[in-house]
Amino acid sequence: MNELSSFWSGWIIVISLGSIIGSFVLLSIVRKGQRFNSETTQTVGHEFDGIEEYDNPLPRWWYWMFVLTVIFALGYLALYPGLGNFKGFLGWTQESAYEREVAKAEAEFGPMFAQFSQTPIEELAQNDQAMRIGQRLFANNCAQCHGSAATGGFGFPNLTDNDWLYGGDAAAISQTILKGRVAAMPAWGPTLGEEGVDQVAQYVLSMSGREHNAQAAAQGQQLYNTNCIACHGAEGKGNHLFGAPNLTDNIWLYGGSEQQIKQTLRNGRAGKMPAWEAILGEDKSHVVAGYVYSLSNQ
Amino acid sequence: MSTAFDHPTYNYRVVRAFTIMTVVWGVVGMAIGVLIASQLVWPDLLANIPYLHFGRLRPLHTNAVIFGFGGSALFATSYYVVQRTTQARLFSDVLSGFTFWGWQAIIVAAAITLPLGYTQTKEYAELEWPIDILITLVWVAYAINFFGTIAKRKMKHIYVANWFYGAFIITVAVLHIGNSAVVPVGAWKSYSVYSGAADAMVQWWYGHNAVGFFLTAGFLGMMYYFVPKQADRPVFSYRLSIVHFWALISLYIWAGPHHLHYTALPNWTQSLGMVMSLILLAPSWGGMINGVMTLSGAWHKLRHDPILRFLVVSLSFYGMSTFEGPMMSIKTVNALSHYTDWTVGHVHAGALGWVAMVSIGAVYHLLPVMYGQKAGAMYSTRLINVHFWLATIGTVLYIASMWVNGIMQGLMWRAFNDDGSLTYTFVESVDASYPGWFVRVLGGSIFLLGMLLMSYNAYMTVRSAKGQEAQAFDADTQTA
Repeated sequence: MNELSSFWSGWIIVISLGSIIGSFVLLSIVRKGQRFNSETTQTVGHEFDGIEEYDNPLPRWWYWMFVLTVIFALGYLALYPGLGNFKGFLGWTQESAYEREVAKAEAEFGPMFAQFSQTPIEELAQNDQAMRIGQRLFANNCAQCHGSAATGGFGFPNLTDNDWLYGGDAAAISQTILKGRVAAMPAWGPTLGEEGVDQVAQYVLSMSGREHNAQAAAQGQQLYNTNCIACHGAEGKGNHLFGAPNLTDNIWLYGGSEQQIKQTLRNGRAGKMPAWEAILGEDKSHVVAGYVYSLSNQ
Repeated sequence: MSTAFDHPTYNYRVVRAFTIMTVVWGVVGMAIGVLIASQLVWPDLLANIPYLHFGRLRPLHTNAVIFGFGGSALFATSYYVVQRTTQARLFSDVLSGFTFWGWQAIIVAAAITLPLGYTQTKEYAELEWPIDILITLVWVAYAINFFGTIAKRKMKHIYVANWFYGAFIITVAVLHIGNSAVVPVGAWKSYSVYSGAADAMVQWWYGHNAVGFFLTAGFLGMMYYFVPKQADRPVFSYRLSIVHFWALISLYIWAGPHHLHYTALPNWTQSLGMVMSLILLAPSWGGMINGVMTLSGAWHKLRHDPILRFLVVSLSFYGMSTFEGPMMSIKTVNALSHYTDWTVGHVHAGALGWVAMVSIGAVYHLLPVMYGQKAGAMYSTRLINVHFWLATIGTVLYIASMWVNGIMQGLMWRAFNDDGSLTYTFVESVDASYPGWFVRVLGGSIFLLGMLLMSYNAYMTVRSAKGQEAQAFDADTQTA
């Protein structure tokens, strides 16, 4: 953590202690000046729109409550960081507290995960205990995008259908989780023009055997062969190397309506799977990989 | 507005206008509150209309209740109280009119721009820079008008209510200007001059003191006039008011960091925010003691006077939430309560229980005076009584459901399995919150129903007063 300059540190100490001690001094002065020690009907002599004010003493319990909070505050500021650069006698910081807790959890649960990491993913997928843990890790880290049931959503792949953008073998899944993936479907609108977008869309519709305009599709096929074939392949089966989806299976990442297909062609899509290695660590990522593998390989 | 009820000395015109708008914005703001609470229970409600999406209506709700309802109540009562307790007319009728129309324009601008999605994204300071400039102008006019009146006072001393109103006016000016410092990049877009953790700190320095000065100091000013006046008793202790006033205003300003516990905010800032919040307990309670003890010897009045009941129950909620606040600012408690519905419940214990109830009591006292009647002589006292029970039940349902939800959410989020993984997913805690959210809609609706009764009662009070005035006028002309 950055140190404050000694001026600012001193400034903080002076005004914070000044506020606390100043309040306490005011409290003491007003209490000392009390003219009555018990409840009185004596007023202070002002009157405002008919309102008068009694000169009652400060309630004793209230005075002591005030004093106790001041004592607690000064004690706390002696023990914990609060007064500028003064670290407090306990040397506590939220960062060190966090690190201690993580280290404790690591020591407790680390060996179990280390053991799981020795088991190949295919085999781990059969381990009930590991899969229970994997499911929980998935639910708290992956479900935000892929859904609690891992069935995905618009822009987020379904992980239960054995249809894979980057490959569904253990190594590919593990790689996807650890390092993340960045997909790039370029925007073809400027190149193809609106008519071209429509023609290619008709061809794409025809690939999965859906209703389409045959004439436009024929033209679209030519455009496809020049522009799309490099990633999606001649047959439209896609390519795991680029994460290019299979266009023939009627499984759609960004919706399969004619309108959505055109949107994809026109403006492109940029899918991103984050890298989890730094967040979950290798061992836990391994367990999650086992869980994802198990979803399509029962 | 008719001039029939104008006071020979005081400017009641502006007080009357702000009093009416207090009721209007109260109904509007709380109705939006009930709507967004319903959207949390039924997420599809109006979800396809971008202007009515939860994310845009929520700041509209907070702006309408804090600045529309609470702000109008503060303007109305401070203008009334400062005149009555200094025996001087407001400093300037022109500035009075300007603050009224300016302030209403600000709330209307909020009601237009927020649904359109224009926002500075700072909580309770969402309004974009052109509106911020108008707020500054109105506020400076308010300060000149208020302190100008104090300067004209007919006596040596300044009444305690005016200390609190004065502290509220000065500090809110500083907070607003400090937090809203932005670089405009377009007519309706700007960027904060602060960045990162410093920006968050400035925001919560503002945010917590919006609570501390707008919603506490200002309303304590209100309390210090209307409680002794309605109870017809002297204030309990002058010296208590001195200590708790100075301690309150010098300590509140430190409390903001407790909104940012366990974040990127430096450790020292968090600790100071926590201890200052704790010391704040006694100064906060000073106001409650002074208000409640003012009734000693007059408790029997509660039996027949629902207005006094509003005022006293508001002090109980004030005491409860100013105890809860320091407790929640303790880091270990905050680790459980932060980001949960408990915070929402805590805010509403203050907002419904304290701010709204004390304002409602003040309006019931004040409105008849504005129309030439005796203080508190509303059209129907029975309806005030019904309103009192609706408000109390509504508030209790609201805060109890949020306590249950908040503690449940906090516990679910920190529950671990014996393998070290979290027991619940976030969405499971959302699912478990539905019953509490439903009870909140119920509580909020009951509170709103009370506000509707109040509008009817206010309307009938004004109408019958105007009727009497017309009759008196006829009688005058006939005898002449």
